[in-house]
Amino acid sequence: MNWRALFARQEFIILLVLIALCAVIAIINPTAFLSVQNLFRILRACIVIGIFALGTLMVLISGGIDVSFPAIAITALYISTRIIVDTGIDSVPLAFLLGALIGLGLGLINGVFIGIFRLPTLIVTLGTLNLFRGALLFFVGSERIRLSEVTTNLADASRLNLITVPLARGEASLHFTFALLIALALLVWFILSRTMLGRAIYAIGGDREAAERAGFNIVRTQFFIYGFVGLLAGIGGIVFGILSREADPFSIVGTELDVIAAVVLGGALITGGRGTVIGTLLGVLLITVISSNLVLLGIPTEWQRFVIGVLIIIGVGIPALQALRKRRLRVQTA
Amino acid sequence: MAELLRLEQIVKSFAGVQALKGVDLTLNQGEITCLVGENGCGKSTLIKIISGFYQADHGRIVVTGQPVAQWHPIEAIRAGIQVIYQDFSLFPNLSVAENLALNSQLSARKRFVNWREIRGIAQEALSRTEVDLPLDALVSDLGVADKQLIAISRAILQDARLVVMDEPTTALTEKEVRALFKVVRNLQAKGIAILFVSHKLNEVLEIAERVVVMRNGEKVLETPATQVDARQIGVAMTGREIAESTYDFTPPEGETPLLEVNQLSLPGAFEDIHFKLHRGEILGITGLLGSGRTELAKALFGETPAQRGTIKLNGQPVSIRSIQDAIYHRIGYVPEDRLTEGLFLQRSIGSNIVTSTLKALLNRVGFVDSDRVNQQIRDWVTGLHIKTQDVSLPVRSLSGGNQQRIVLSKWLAANPEILILNGPTVGVDVGSKDELHQIIKDLARKGIGIIVISDDIPELMATCNRVMLMRRGRIDEQMTIRQTNEHDLSAKLRQLAV
Repeated sequence: MNWRALFARQEFIILLVLIALCAVIAIINPTAFLSVQNLFRILRACIVIGIFALGTLMVLISGGIDVSFPAIAITALYISTRIIVDTGIDSVPLAFLLGALIGLGLGLINGVFIGIFRLPTLIVTLGTLNLFRGALLFFVGSERIRLSEVTTNLADASRLNLITVPLARGEASLHFTFALLIALALLVWFILSRTMLGRAIYAIGGDREAAERAGFNIVRTQFFIYGFVGLLAGIGGIVFGILSREADPFSIVGTELDVIAAVVLGGALITGGRGTVIGTLLGVLLITVISSNLVLLGIPTEWQRFVIGVLIIIGVGIPALQALRKRRLRVQTA
Repeated sequence: MAELLRLEQIVKSFAGVQALKGVDLTLNQGEITCLVGENGCGKSTLIKIISGFYQADHGRIVVTGQPVAQWHPIEAIRAGIQVIYQDFSLFPNLSVAENLALNSQLSARKRFVNWREIRGIAQEALSRTEVDLPLDALVSDLGVADKQLIAISRAILQDARLVVMDEPTTALTEKEVRALFKVVRNLQAKGIAILFVSHKLNEVLEIAERVVVMRNGEKVLETPATQVDARQIGVAMTGREIAESTYDFTPPEGETPLLEVNQLSLPGAFEDIHFKLHRGEILGITGLLGSGRTELAKALFGETPAQRGTIKLNGQPVSIRSIQDAIYHRIGYVPEDRLTEGLFLQRSIGSNIVTSTLKALLNRVGFVDSDRVNQQIRDWVTGLHIKTQDVSLPVRSLSGGNQQRIVLSKWLAANPEILILNGPTVGVDVGSKDELHQIIKDLARKGIGIIVISDDIPELMATCNRVMLMRRGRIDEQMTIRQTNEHDLSAKLRQLAV
């Protein structure tokens, strides 16, 4: 790959922006930014949004959009916690299993509306976003559960670390669920680029009719996509519960736009057909650095939204400009 | 020559209307057969019968001597029949290699992707058609001609024995048509049968060995290509003689030109353009795709304004910086791609006609005056012979020729002084083409200045009184139609391609 091809890639541009941003923060406030604690803090903040982003990436590539995953995540977390509390089986793996299954089930409900009834994805998931959350609050409950008050293992999982680095003052640790994020990222990468199922997702996002004529099973592929997104959302919900040590039915919902923004910044096209795992992870990292480290620059938190907005417009604007230039170039050479 | 596919007495009706009235057609290995006919003559239905998309009501299909019991797309593909559709069915977001290999990977029921294997398959596909394309390029970055070559190469990969091409040259430049013909002859040499469907009779005569003409669901002519000429085919297609007359016009001495363009430039598109257009004149602009002819038209229409130079209307310098400016100066533009640029396909025929004049049709309160709207729609439908039962039907229900008339009427309703027509009869059949040419000439006689952009030489000969050749953004030559002839002009155009 030559330099020009590299520069034409959104992933590379995002990487440059990320490096530039980090450089600026590091120069202005080196002690606070350039520390192992801060690095681990940023990575920890990436985990939940990263897991959600992987699912969103898949949906965007297929030409759809899913805004219901936060509702799926919180529903999965809350119901799983209730089951664990009610049965008394205080197990972390069980929490993940329950969360994944509930997420999968709710995701498949989206799949039915989108795959079989062919309804527009935004409308369906806007509907189920409210439906799932409303059902949760009405039928299951709206009371916040503090994990430390009712569980031991699940509550202790918040201190289960992957790496712990001793420092001069105290220590810095990276949570074990970071490994989960990496594993899921590898899984999604493998599905997207090494399986026919993944190519079907790209094909549907590129030209649905052509995909149908080529013999791809569109309905089955969409069931997989929305089921898988639900599953990831369920897992993400459990991770969120472990990290925050509580199951609050009023949390998570509201993060969907940040997640979609991260994926779009990472090069996925909102119109479908394009997007990569590495770009998505970079987009997540960028959004996280902005929302957790702009404070180090002395920029008030109110401005974070503004910066994210500017970045999205630039991030989407650069490829558009490149496409325009390419078209001009073609006229000249033709 | 060995027979590959034989259709016997094929009958097909839709809702009581016979689209095919007992058609026989034999396709032989290694033979190029051209199927021509006007819109609605049944040739698309026939293609769909061949591809198994439709099932015939009566008649037999015989493959290499064996009558077939079942004939659905899957059987057709197994028998080696591949149809290249006009939209190519490609994935714009995927690479050339993947587009080539995806179908065969799917039919092999692969579950995992082996990128090296995909490149290998793609390489193989391109070498079979002797086409050279970058395997890693995204299909969306390629031009129409390359996309078509990919679609053909992909079809060959599926062990095609018959390749059906539906209007393959519609969007190609002269040079690209040459390249396509080379590929087609290549396939022929490998013993593949080709069924080539086209409107362009000169191309048909060049590539075909056998010509089959259909009209009203019947085969009306079948003959070796060497024994017919374009006129005879035209007569067979329409059932009547088409007399294309030339358009004679000389502007009155000393008249101020309607439009005068001097040193008009848009870097990267065209340079130093000057020409004059008088009332009642039809000026043809030709050149290859990318010669700047479309960009020039768009500049005159304010879509992509020129950066330097002057435009005078009736002797007065004007500035055209936007489409609104152009419309204000009563310049109308009928784009090349009427489907995406000129029409609201889902909206009704009537509302498409009045879109550009709605403002003039408002009543005193500012609401649309529906009586006047309906009156105007009726006027244009009858005036331009638009064939439709109901003006409330969506425009997409019309044939190409009729759609073009809607675009035309939309602009005529705005009462233009200058009308720029880009490829006015692309994708329109011979009969409607002739009628459109007559309409264009009638408009000019009423005093409108018309610019026709086209690479269809017979069309320029039939409609224009002056022709301008463009090459790499510059005017290569200007001539009156009497200074040239069809042969001379096509030779010049072909030279530009080199």
